[in-house]
Amino acid sequence: MPSAPVRVILPGMLRDLVGGLAEIEVESPAESQTVAELLDRAFSGHRILDGKVRDERGQIRRHVKVFVNGEDATRGAGVGAPVPAGARVHIINAVSGG
Amino acid sequence: MTETIVAIGTRKGLWIARSADREEWALEGPHFLMSEVASVAVDTREGRSTVLAGVKSWHWGPTVQVSTDGGRSWTESAERALSFPTDTDTALERVWQLTPDPNDVDVVWAGVEPHALFRSTDRGDSYELVRGLWEHPHRPKWEPGFGGGAVHTIVPEPGHAENLLVAMSAGGVYRSGDGGQSWTPSNPGIRAYFMPDDEYPEFGQCVHKVARSQADGALYAQNHKGVYRSDDKGSTWESIADGLPTDFGFAILAHPRRPGVVWNIPVQDDGERIPPGAQLQVQRSDDGGAHWRMQAQGLPGESFTCVLRDAASLDDAEPVGVYLGTRNGDVFASADEGETFTRIATQLPDVLVVRAAQLG
Repeated sequence: MPSAPVRVILPGMLRDLVGGLAEIEVESPAESQTVAELLDRAFSGHRILDGKVRDERGQIRRHVKVFVNGEDATRGAGVGAPVPAGARVHIINAVSGG
Repeated sequence: MTETIVAIGTRKGLWIARSADREEWALEGPHFLMSEVASVAVDTREGRSTVLAGVKSWHWGPTVQVSTDGGRSWTESAERALSFPTDTDTALERVWQLTPDPNDVDVVWAGVEPHALFRSTDRGDSYELVRGLWEHPHRPKWEPGFGGGAVHTIVPEPGHAENLLVAMSAGGVYRSGDGGQSWTPSNPGIRAYFMPDDEYPEFGQCVHKVARSQADGALYAQNHKGVYRSDDKGSTWESIADGLPTDFGFAILAHPRRPGVVWNIPVQDDGERIPPGAQLQVQRSDDGGAHWRMQAQGLPGESFTCVLRDAASLDDAEPVGVYLGTRNGDVFASADEGETFTRIATQLPDVLVVRAAQLG
């Protein structure tokens, strides 16, 4: 039986880059996936998002947050954090700047 | 009809001033509101109206935006236009300089932070790291300046595609004679007063800007304390600071056609980054830096702002236009080679870069 897909919810600031798309649904693999693997799948059809959320080393940008089921993954295992099937993943621009 | 545009990159977006006569100006913008625009190039080669901008979002990182209609509309590559290769384990911080090459109409150079040079062969859509500079044995010893460690100046030599000069804070001037494959430091004569033992080191100078005179090939360099000229392509440098009110500053410009005509924008001191005597001013020399005179008509007194390294530009009209932008968001233009200035923009964010050009 297929696992429940993961919903990746985009911040308003990035939606204009992908035609107003608000969220991306990503099939969950049989085995668990990490945030990095999830983003690889989510951005495979929306390449411009990858450079906005991650730097070229694959690290989440300093002022971007990724929440997995309400928990800030960037304060924990980062791109190695596990993403369970059916998770809601929010990409958020951090409250920073001046 | 010829149009003059002045692209104004600021801490929080890009504005563009346009004029048909360099007297009446219309200001457009902002583009990229809330993103820092630290580098701009106007590419007029082969009659183009292309504008390239190095844009950095606080949240979404740095990128290069391209306009082919003189800055009215912009596009960005879906793939990263400019990024470090995986094996470098390095992330791009900021694009500090974009320079169309005078010898190849498809080549654009990019100077970035951390200290690196990139080359585009598709007019600025995508860039590749110049390995020769990245792998230079001196690189681990290049210190960051106050604004960061970056290749902030790129000076190709028209007619000699193999010759290229870059400047970086605080690594100094480096030159290549083979199109970028190998590099040698080129700072003889430039004093680095802040070095504890040797004030004339092989490299490590804090050069702020280098300009080439297209008229006679002379190079002019504004350093962190020190203004210099080189008549031998950068092999040696001699001070031309004697007639200036101060040897500190960021911007320096050379006339596109008249030998010996150079503009310097002095700053009072390293520790007092305001105009000398609080009079915003340009210093002009007509003899290669032997003598200088102040040009300040139309520029404010009681001014405590500063003009940064790329926040000054020339157009190539006759007479040449001189443009400068300040950290308090004013932009001034002169259509008579600096004799009189008028304010063409005000209340903008800190101006980081100004680039003027004639389109059409």
